[in-house]
Amino acid sequence: MDSLLWGVRLIAILVLIWGVAGTIVQGLNGAGPSAEAWRDLVVAGIAQGAMYGLIALGYSMVYGVLGFINFAHGEVFMAGAMSGFFVANYLWQVHFWDNYFVLAILLVLLTSVLTSMLVAVIVERVAYRPLRASPRLVPLITSIGISFFIQYSFAGLFGVAVKNYPPAPDSLRNRIGFLGLEIEGTKLAVIVVALISMGLLYLFVEKTRTGRSIRAVAEDKEIAALMGINVDRTIVASFAVGGVMAGVAGTLWSLLFRGVAFHTGFLPGIKAFTAAVLGGIGNLPGAMVGGLFLGTFEGVGSQLVLAGLGIPAVSQLKDVVAFTALVLVLIFRPTGLFGERLSSEDRA
Amino acid sequence: MRKWVWLLSCFLLAATACGDGEDETTTTQAPTTTEAMMEIPEDPLGLVEVGAGEEIQIRSLNAITGDVAFLGLPNQRGVELAIADYGPISGRSVSVGTGLDDLCSPEGGQASAQVIVSDPSVVGVIGTSCSGAAEAASPLISNAGLVMISPSNTSPALTSDLAGTPGKSYQVGYYRTAHNDLFQGQAVARFVFDELGLGNAATIHDGDPYTQGLAQAFSDAFEGLGGEITTFTAVNKGDTDMTAVLTEVSAGDPEAIFFPIFMPEGGFIVQQIGGISGLEDVVLIGADGLLADNFMELPESEGVYLSGPDLRYGANTNSITGKSAEDFLAAYQSEYGEAPSAAFWAHSYDATTMLLRAIDQVAMEVDGTLYIGRQALRDALSGPGFNGIIGHIECDNWGDCGSQLITVVHHNDARDIESGKSNVVFGFSP
Repeated sequence: MDSLLWGVRLIAILVLIWGVAGTIVQGLNGAGPSAEAWRDLVVAGIAQGAMYGLIALGYSMVYGVLGFINFAHGEVFMAGAMSGFFVANYLWQVHFWDNYFVLAILLVLLTSVLTSMLVAVIVERVAYRPLRASPRLVPLITSIGISFFIQYSFAGLFGVAVKNYPPAPDSLRNRIGFLGLEIEGTKLAVIVVALISMGLLYLFVEKTRTGRSIRAVAEDKEIAALMGINVDRTIVASFAVGGVMAGVAGTLWSLLFRGVAFHTGFLPGIKAFTAAVLGGIGNLPGAMVGGLFLGTFEGVGSQLVLAGLGIPAVSQLKDVVAFTALVLVLIFRPTGLFGERLSSEDRA
Repeated sequence: MRKWVWLLSCFLLAATACGDGEDETTTTQAPTTTEAMMEIPEDPLGLVEVGAGEEIQIRSLNAITGDVAFLGLPNQRGVELAIADYGPISGRSVSVGTGLDDLCSPEGGQASAQVIVSDPSVVGVIGTSCSGAAEAASPLISNAGLVMISPSNTSPALTSDLAGTPGKSYQVGYYRTAHNDLFQGQAVARFVFDELGLGNAATIHDGDPYTQGLAQAFSDAFEGLGGEITTFTAVNKGDTDMTAVLTEVSAGDPEAIFFPIFMPEGGFIVQQIGGISGLEDVVLIGADGLLADNFMELPESEGVYLSGPDLRYGANTNSITGKSAEDFLAAYQSEYGEAPSAAFWAHSYDATTMLLRAIDQVAMEVDGTLYIGRQALRDALSGPGFNGIIGHIECDNWGDCGSQLITVVHHNDARDIESGKSNVVFGFSP
């Protein structure tokens, strides 16, 4: 058994090296993307990954306190992006968007964050709290149901068409010099805002009273309750914080991709869940790093590895690359990048 | 088996009726006698019987929900308006039933085709909207002996390669008024190579038979003219981040990109291409999938060239109903309160009149029952053509019936979509 696993690992490494070498050879021959193109790919990957990371935090927080995967979290993200659209569109129509862009985007951000937080908290109250005593599989299945419920409620309420955010002003879309690299303004803004949000979340969980109780509940619900922590309120708090992060991600997504529809939350939700597992589910820095790693590898991987293997139309295989990355990380480190080895009792 | 017994008894009845007539003929009974003497037609694929007071059943199978509803809704409405204009056939009104949905997907096409063929009273189908749906629907419909006329399928696989070889998905009884994408590919290739004078180009499709077929047709025609295809690549339906695919494309340093895909992916491409170094001056060309309001409304779509069916219908009238494009659009506006959201409304109107005319030609009334031969209907559709709103319609051996006129328009103002649709910069006819 072990030797089989080692064989798989060996083959994985060889394929990876073979692909990368092929791409490098192509590059030396003058074919393949230019240096600027590689830079753009990496930056786009990090921006995408930063958003995965923000969403992944919500998965990890809920897993931490309740021990199940909240598959409706992608929809929490979509709800934020969608509600922000209506505000943005209104501000665009009254010309507030182009004249006071910073103020406008803050309003949009506020709307997204509040909506996402509200949706996350309501879902917890309506769908998960009544099931607190049931086996973990029950809320898991419920979360899939809730996910479809939210998606199709939005489709019914606001239509199935893709809603397009107004474009950001040119000053933001132009390239900005950053550490000697010319980077597109929007992407830089997305990365910076995402990193700041992650930093604030980390401080919140590590330094505040509520953060401390979240960690205590994650450690052991019963003992936390004995210590005088209100477990229900703490669980609501972790859903709310996850919702806030998803709301931020929703605004950033809209700033970058500009299109939002009722099914927008599905794929990013799955990818963010992947990122959370990759980083070690339940571990917050792990979720952030997992998101960044997944986004970057997804952005660069298809060009870096598959193009070198001589596969045509590599961009179409982006998702294959992303999920293969997950499998690869897990066969080398079954607990994820930052995951702790759970004792057998914890795992049950 | 039961059908044959029934047919036999029909013949016997008719025979006895004749016999009676000969025995005791009186002048007053002559008209009934001649009517009774008409034989019920035979047809190798069977007959559809429509009793007195019953309706003739046809179906509309179009993408009427989801992202591609903009394409299917005008098709379905074209069918409804054509039926209203044509009026009854042999005293029987024509019913389209509830509009069926092809979902623009193989699954949707197959599921709805199953519904259609389970009803033996259905004569023919107008649809599908999408080539991918047609590939799944047409085998079922063909095997059941029905006919199917699509207003907007353009994949060469569904008909022929224009050189006498049937496409891999060709089915007997399949017809279309839309163009064959081999013509559209040629049109775009000539536009890029001759008109714009560009020698290399990249293409992006999304794996759908329509988009892949058209990208391939363009590539073949472009290379045939002496151009070079730098990258032939694809995205997935549902992708949002186009950086990777555009970077892949930029590596080949193309002068033009042909991306015959749909919304929302087409929108993401024009919105994100500004951030890709090396593609600042590239010429963007989309196809009829993007010749739609929700793409052309995007500010970034300005400057994009779009190929599609020639919509300059001018004074063309449908020779069956006498309707012109202008009349049709007025009727559409008053009936549905908006202008058609996609380009194939006239193709759908003409396709429906084509089907109704053929039914009219083959339908025979015997003893108060209307008989429509399924093979006869196919023969009639393959027979002499007529003039439609889109131009002359006459079918070749593999069901390509359209006028095959293609134009390229230059979309220059996102705030005035109609002017973009009519800003023709290149015209093509085979």
